[in-house]
Amino acid sequence: MEDLLKVRGLKTYFYTYEGVVKALEGINLDIYKGESLGLVGETGCGKSVTALSIMRLIQWPPGKIIDGEIHFNGKDLLKISEEEMRKIRGAEISMIFQEPMSSLNPVFTIGSQIMEAITLHQNVNKKEAEEKAIEMLNLVRMPDPEKVMNQYPHELSGGMQQRAMIAMALSCRPSLLIADEPTTALDVTVQAQILDVIQRVNKELDSSMLLITHDLGVVAQICDRVAVMYAGYIVEIGTVKQIFKNPQHPYTKGLMNAIPKIHVKTKRLEVIRGVVPNLITPPSGCRFHPRCDHAMDVCKKKVPPVTKVEEGHYVACFLHGGAK
Amino acid sequence: MKLRDYIIRRLILLIPILLGVTLLTFTVSHIIPADVARVFAGGEKANPETIARIRAEMHLDDPLYKQYYYYLNDLIHGNLGKSYSENRPVVDAIKQYFPATAELTVLAMLLAIPIGIITGIISAVRRNQWIDHVTRLIAITGVSIPIFWLALMLQIAFAYKYPILPLDSRLGIDVMAPKHITGLYIFDSLVTGNFAALKSSIYHLILPAFTLGYASLGIILRITRSSMLEIVRSDYIRTARAKGLKERTVIYKHALRNALIPTLTVSGLIFAGLLGGAVLTETIFNWPGMGRFAVNAVNNLDFSSVMGFTVIMAIIMVTANLIVDILYSVLDPRIRLGE
Amino acid sequence: MGFIDEWKKRNESRIKETKFTLSLFRHSLLSMIGLGLIIFIILVALFAPYLAKEHPTYVRLLNPEGKYVTEERWDIHFGDKLLPPSREHYFGTDDYGHDIFSMIVYGARLSIKIGLLVVISATIIGVILGAIAGYFGGYLDEFIMRITDIFLSIPGLILAMAFAAALGRSIEHVMYALIIVWWPTYTRLIRGQILKTREETYVEAARSLGTPDSKIIFKHILPNTFAPVFVQMTMDLGNVVLNAAGLSFIGLGANPGTAEWGLMISMGRVYIFQAWWYVFFPGLAIVLFVLGFNLLGDGLRDVLDPKLRR
Repeated sequence: MEDLLKVRGLKTYFYTYEGVVKALEGINLDIYKGESLGLVGETGCGKSVTALSIMRLIQWPPGKIIDGEIHFNGKDLLKISEEEMRKIRGAEISMIFQEPMSSLNPVFTIGSQIMEAITLHQNVNKKEAEEKAIEMLNLVRMPDPEKVMNQYPHELSGGMQQRAMIAMALSCRPSLLIADEPTTALDVTVQAQILDVIQRVNKELDSSMLLITHDLGVVAQICDRVAVMYAGYIVEIGTVKQIFKNPQHPYTKGLMNAIPKIHVKTKRLEVIRGVVPNLITPPSGCRFHPRCDHAMDVCKKKVPPVTKVEEGHYVACFLHGGAK
Repeated sequence: MKLRDYIIRRLILLIPILLGVTLLTFTVSHIIPADVARVFAGGEKANPETIARIRAEMHLDDPLYKQYYYYLNDLIHGNLGKSYSENRPVVDAIKQYFPATAELTVLAMLLAIPIGIITGIISAVRRNQWIDHVTRLIAITGVSIPIFWLALMLQIAFAYKYPILPLDSRLGIDVMAPKHITGLYIFDSLVTGNFAALKSSIYHLILPAFTLGYASLGIILRITRSSMLEIVRSDYIRTARAKGLKERTVIYKHALRNALIPTLTVSGLIFAGLLGGAVLTETIFNWPGMGRFAVNAVNNLDFSSVMGFTVIMAIIMVTANLIVDILYSVLDPRIRLGE
Repeated sequence: MGFIDEWKKRNESRIKETKFTLSLFRHSLLSMIGLGLIIFIILVALFAPYLAKEHPTYVRLLNPEGKYVTEERWDIHFGDKLLPPSREHYFGTDDYGHDIFSMIVYGARLSIKIGLLVVISATIIGVILGAIAGYFGGYLDEFIMRITDIFLSIPGLILAMAFAAALGRSIEHVMYALIIVWWPTYTRLIRGQILKTREETYVEAARSLGTPDSKIIFKHILPNTFAPVFVQMTMDLGNVVLNAAGLSFIGLGANPGTAEWGLMISMGRVYIFQAWWYVFFPGLAIVLFVLGFNLLGDGLRDVLDPKLRR
C-alpha cells in the first residue's frame, strides 16, 4: 500500500514553568492512502500533540517540535516554509476538534466560516464558494443548509455544529483528515450519527483519516488500523483485527479488558492500575513499567525496541522482543 | 426583537434615569450653603430689593416640590437657567462651547481607540517580550498620570523648550476662524477650503487631544491585551490556523472581532473619562469648550451654569451608552436584543 | 500541644492556600514594584516630621459660615522664592519661598488620608446597600440599582465637581463629593458578588438550617466577596487621589497654602516656564502614588482571580 503520511522519530516538548514536558518521544507512524488509522490512548498520552505536530500547530511558547520527520506526499513538512505549510493546512490536511461549540468562531456565520476555507485554497468567486459550501453542508446531511449558512454557531445544536466543522474541514477535499475526538463532547445518540457522517463522507471523498479517540469501540467500528499510544510513545500498531484479536503489549491488553463486553459475564471491569505518568519526570526505560504486571529489571533500564509480531503488526515491549 | 423596537424601548427606559439626574442636580443646587440670590445680586453689599427680585425670579421662596416642577418645566423647554458669569442663558453658552469640546473629545477618541487596540494586540501577541513590557508600562502610566500635570509637562516640552507646537487655544492669533457651519474647525475649514485655518486648528489640537486621549488609550490597551491573551488560546483560533489562514488574518480578523467585544463594554467608562478629562484639559489649553466654561462657572460661584453643564453631560453620557449597547448587539451575535 | 498548633492543624489547608497566593504574588515583578512604592510612600508619610526641613503649623479658625476649621500654615520666606532644586532645597522652592520637598512629604499624609477615607466610606455604603439589594432582591434591589444608574450616568469627575462646587471650597467637601461618586461602584460590585454566592450550596445549606439572614450575610456571603472588593479598593485608593488632585487643581479642594499635591500644581502653573520644578515634583508624587496602587491592584487581581491564578 502507498504511504500518504510517514512520521519518523517525532519529538515534541513543552517548556513550562514546572519543567520540560516530554510529550512525544520519537513517534513513528504511517498512514496509507484511503485508510483510516485510529490513535488510541488515555487522556494526556500525547494523541492531540501528535495531531497538532503533524499540522505544525504547536504553539511556541511553550511547545516545540524538536526532532523528527513528517513526510507527506513526498515532502517533509518540518522542512518546508510556513507559507508552504499554510497552503497544505485546510487544503490537503484538515482537522476537526473535540469541542465544536468553542472551535467555531462565535462572531461569524457558519456560511462565512466555510466559505473562508474554500476561497482561501481554491480559485473561486464568492458565488461559487457559496454553492460549494451548501453542497458540503448537504453532504454532511445538515438539515436546511441554506438557513444554516446565515446562522451563528450558538444557534445550532452540538451535533449540527460538528457537522458544520466536518463540512468546513472537508470543503477543499483534503487527502488527510485528522479528527481529534470528534464525538467526545456530544450526546451518545448524536455520536453515532456524526461517526457515520465522518466515515461516509471520508469514503466519498476518498481521503485518509487519522482518528484520535480513547474509545476502542469507535475504532473497531470505523478504522482499518490502530496505533496505541502511551506516555509519548507508540507502543503497538497493527490492523484492527490484529490488535483486537491478538494484543501483545500489556497496556493494549489492559485497554481491551477495560471494555465492557456484552456476551461475557464478568463481575467487574478490569482496570489498569495507577495513573498516566507525569511527563516532566517520566519513568525510566519503558514508561509503562510502574503500572505493568509483567515488569522486569530491563524494563526500568532501557526503552524497549519495536519488534515485528507479524506482517503489519508491531509492538514495543521486552516481553515480546526478549522472548524471540 | 427588531432593532427599532429595541431603541424605542431603551429610549423610554431613559426617561426615569434622566428624571433622576435632574432630581440629583436639583438637590445639589439646593444644598448650596450660601445665599444664592445674594451671590447673584452682587454679594454682601447687594441691594435688598434686587435680592428679593432675584429670589422671586428663581422661585426661591416657593416650596421645594414647586421649585422642582419649575426646574423640570424649564428643562423640557430647553431652558437651563441663566448663567450669571456670562450674563446670558446657559443653553446659549453651552451651544457656543459644545463644538470645541466635541472636536477635542472625538479626536482624542479617534487617537486612543485604534492605537489602544493595535498596541493591545501587539502586546498580547508578543507576550512577555520587551515590547509587551514597554506598552504595558505606557498603559499603566496612562491611567496613573494626572491629566493636568501631563498637559503642563507637554506644554513645557513642546511649546516652550522645543517650541514646535502652539501653547494653547484653538487657532493662532493671526488666523481667521473658518466660517461657522458646525463649529468643528477641522470640518468647517475643510468644507470652506480654508487651509490656513485647517493647518492651524490641527496644530492646536495635537497636544490637547493627545493629553486627553492618553488615559483612555491605557484603558483600551489593557482591556484589549487581556482579552486577546485569552482569545489567542481559544479553540476557534486553532481552527482558523488549521484552515491555513495567514497569521495576520487569524489575529486581525478572527481574534480581533472577538476582542472588540470587551473593549466595547468599557467604552462607556472611557467616554465618561474623556468628558471628565476634557474639563481639566480645556482649562489648561485655554480651549473654549464646555469644560472650561464649567470651571469658570465653578470659580465664579455660578451654580446654574454648573448644574446646566452637569445635566447636559448626563444626557451625552446616556446617549453614548445607548449607542454602545446598540453596537454591542451588532458586534456580538450571541447578544439577543432586549435580554 | 499548644493552642497555636491546634489552630495550625485546623487551618492547614487555608494556610497552604495563603502561602501559595503569596508565592504567586512574589513572582510578579510589577506587583512588587507597586508594593514597594506604597511602602515607600507610607514610610515618607509616617516620618514626615523627620524628613522635612520645614514644618506646617495648624491654626483653628472661625470660617465665614461660623464653623471652626483647622488650617494649615507654612512660614513664608519671600527672600527664597522660586529657587531651583539645590542641596538646600531638594525640589526647589515655590513663590512663597516654601520648601517644595517638605510640602510634598507632608502632602503624602493628606493624600493617604483622602484615599483611605473616601474608599473606606464608599465601601461601607456599598456593603450595606449592596448586601440589601443582592440578598433580598425584588423591588428594593430594583430601587437601589436604579439610583446607582442615575449616579453612574454622570461622568465621575463632573459629578464630583458639581457636588464640591455646591458645598464650597474645602478638602472635606472634596472627600464627600468623591464618596458620592464612588459608592455606586461598590454597591454594584458587592451586589453582583452576593448574587453569585447566594446560590452556592453552602449558603443554601445554611438557609435550610434556619440560620438568620443577618448571620448568613455576614458569616457566609460577605467574606466570599472579599477578594474582588479588595482589588477594587486598592486600585481606587490611587484613583481617588488622582481625582481629588484634579478637583484641587480647578480650585475646589484645599485652601491655598495647604500642602496638597494637586493644589501645588495649580499654584505653580503660573510659573511653569520660570520654575518647572514647582509643578514637576508634586505631579511626580501623584504619579508614583497612583502608579503604586494601580500596579498592586493589577497584581492582586491576577493572584486572587481563581481563573487566572493557575
